[in-house]
Amino acid sequence: MTRIWKFGDNVDTDQIVPGRYAPYMRPNADLATAAFIEARPEFAAHAQVGDIIVAGRNFGCGSSREYAAEALKRRGIAAIIAVSFARIFFRNAINLGLPLFEAPDIVASVQDGDSATLDPLTWQLRVGTTLWQLPPPPPFFRQILEAGGIVAYVQRYQRFPQG
Amino acid sequence: MSPTLSEKILSHAAGHPVQAGDFVVIRPDVVMSHDSLTPSILKIFHEQLGATRVADPQQLVFTMDHVVPAATVSIANDQNRVRRFAAEQGIRLFEVGRGICHQVLVEERIATPGKVVIGSDSHSTAYGAVGAFGCGMGSTDIALAWATGQTWLRVPETLRVILQGRFRPWVEAKDLALRLCREIGLDGANYMAVEYHGAPWMSLAERQTLASMAVEVGAKAGLFPPDPSLGADFPIPEWLTVDEDAHYARTITLNLENLPPQIALPHTVENVVDLNEINGQRISVIFLGTCTNGRYEDLATAARILRGRRVAPGVRFIVTPASQQVLTRAAADGSLQTLIEAGAVLTTPGCGPCMGRHHGVLGEDDICLSTGNRNFRGRMGSPEARIFLASPAVAAASAITGYITDPATLD
Repeated sequence: MTRIWKFGDNVDTDQIVPGRYAPYMRPNADLATAAFIEARPEFAAHAQVGDIIVAGRNFGCGSSREYAAEALKRRGIAAIIAVSFARIFFRNAINLGLPLFEAPDIVASVQDGDSATLDPLTWQLRVGTTLWQLPPPPPFFRQILEAGGIVAYVQRYQRFPQG
Repeated sequence: MSPTLSEKILSHAAGHPVQAGDFVVIRPDVVMSHDSLTPSILKIFHEQLGATRVADPQQLVFTMDHVVPAATVSIANDQNRVRRFAAEQGIRLFEVGRGICHQVLVEERIATPGKVVIGSDSHSTAYGAVGAFGCGMGSTDIALAWATGQTWLRVPETLRVILQGRFRPWVEAKDLALRLCREIGLDGANYMAVEYHGAPWMSLAERQTLASMAVEVGAKAGLFPPDPSLGADFPIPEWLTVDEDAHYARTITLNLENLPPQIALPHTVENVVDLNEINGQRISVIFLGTCTNGRYEDLATAARILRGRRVAPGVRFIVTPASQQVLTRAAADGSLQTLIEAGAVLTTPGCGPCMGRHHGVLGEDDICLSTGNRNFRGRMGSPEARIFLASPAVAAASAITGYITDPATLD
């Protein structure tokens, strides 16, 4: 059963993957195991494919390190739902095909450890017995997500998405 | 309604008028990456994009600043891989010891007014000090820019910060940068550009301090209106003027006259208080350096305070000049000798211990006062370590006493 991992405001990229765990520093390590390795060791130990992160304001602030978003993607996180995202993290996650949703009402309503599943086709989130419809990303980003990331998008269409 | 500086620069880059909220595909003037990420960008470029040649080698700049000289065999191999690629493609590369990307690109006049500079580093906002649109991005975006020569950007809304008055003695641009974080929070300018108005008297170094920290309030860019004080090496395009009736999403005014030294407490950059609210906070490590505060002016300020004094017993005072030019200048006027005689430890020009990889990684019990830009938990080493952020003047005064000290209170 997949679950929600709830975080507070201003989760910075040093918490998601400390710079000491960058691929540059540990080229042979599995990046997926580095996600929240110090800030939330139980996540690092127990997060499963399909789990969902729910957070407050400004998730992913700080460094431009794409490996923060990449570590969560490799860990199998299905989506991140937050009140808001920091700019570079938002861009990195969408580029990698990791869906992000700004949905303050869901953030306010769900608890850490709630069992939850996300339907990646309809973007419906089931938390316990409640069904939430996640707000669709703006069209520009939706194009990238539907292609599976910016690299796949550019390879398919030979251009960047259109606003 | 007239355009903001960001709208003007991105309109120029797009070749047609654009405004906040528009998405544009442009050809950045400069695509910067440093040793920490160039190896992984190379991997994306070759393995995911299947590319072999960069679209325009003249667009690219590589620096070696994050772990220099190499600390491990694999880092040495990575750096050599980058050197080979640069040589084979004809890409400019600034070697180990030359300095921090954001300082070097300004010293080399690669970042100049009106240019669009994208970088694989969040502090790329620093190029706004010379009126360039500097913007940080992740590795995949940079790899795509290598392969296509292009990138996409959403034109940002602008937060205008109007500065009034002048700093009192021993209060510096860093105190103002921290004050802004305190006023508007870590996401106060998320997705926005910041424009700093009302302080044409600010030196280039002061502008770099503020622009580098624009990202700490979430900004995409942080721009000072360029002016002739930058000198002839920074020509200002005739279209890059400030229009009084430009549309700003928000305006805030900060008065510098009454600003006391500011300190960011662990573990976020918005957790800022007046220095005098802190009593006798002991420090084990002082770090003077980074793209925010590792310039000649910062070393000279520290030297003025430390002249004839000693670093307190039990304190490690690490000084990392932002560049070779900074080091040379500080050596030429005796500032460096003053710092070393006082007990400072000098490291290779570059990013130093800012992201906790070498040159003074913090242990569990360490309490660090850093002139850098981030004090997130685990940033400089152990997650148990505590990091305070302050100006170079406060760092130097605190080095003497061993606790957080206002330089104005020293005899």
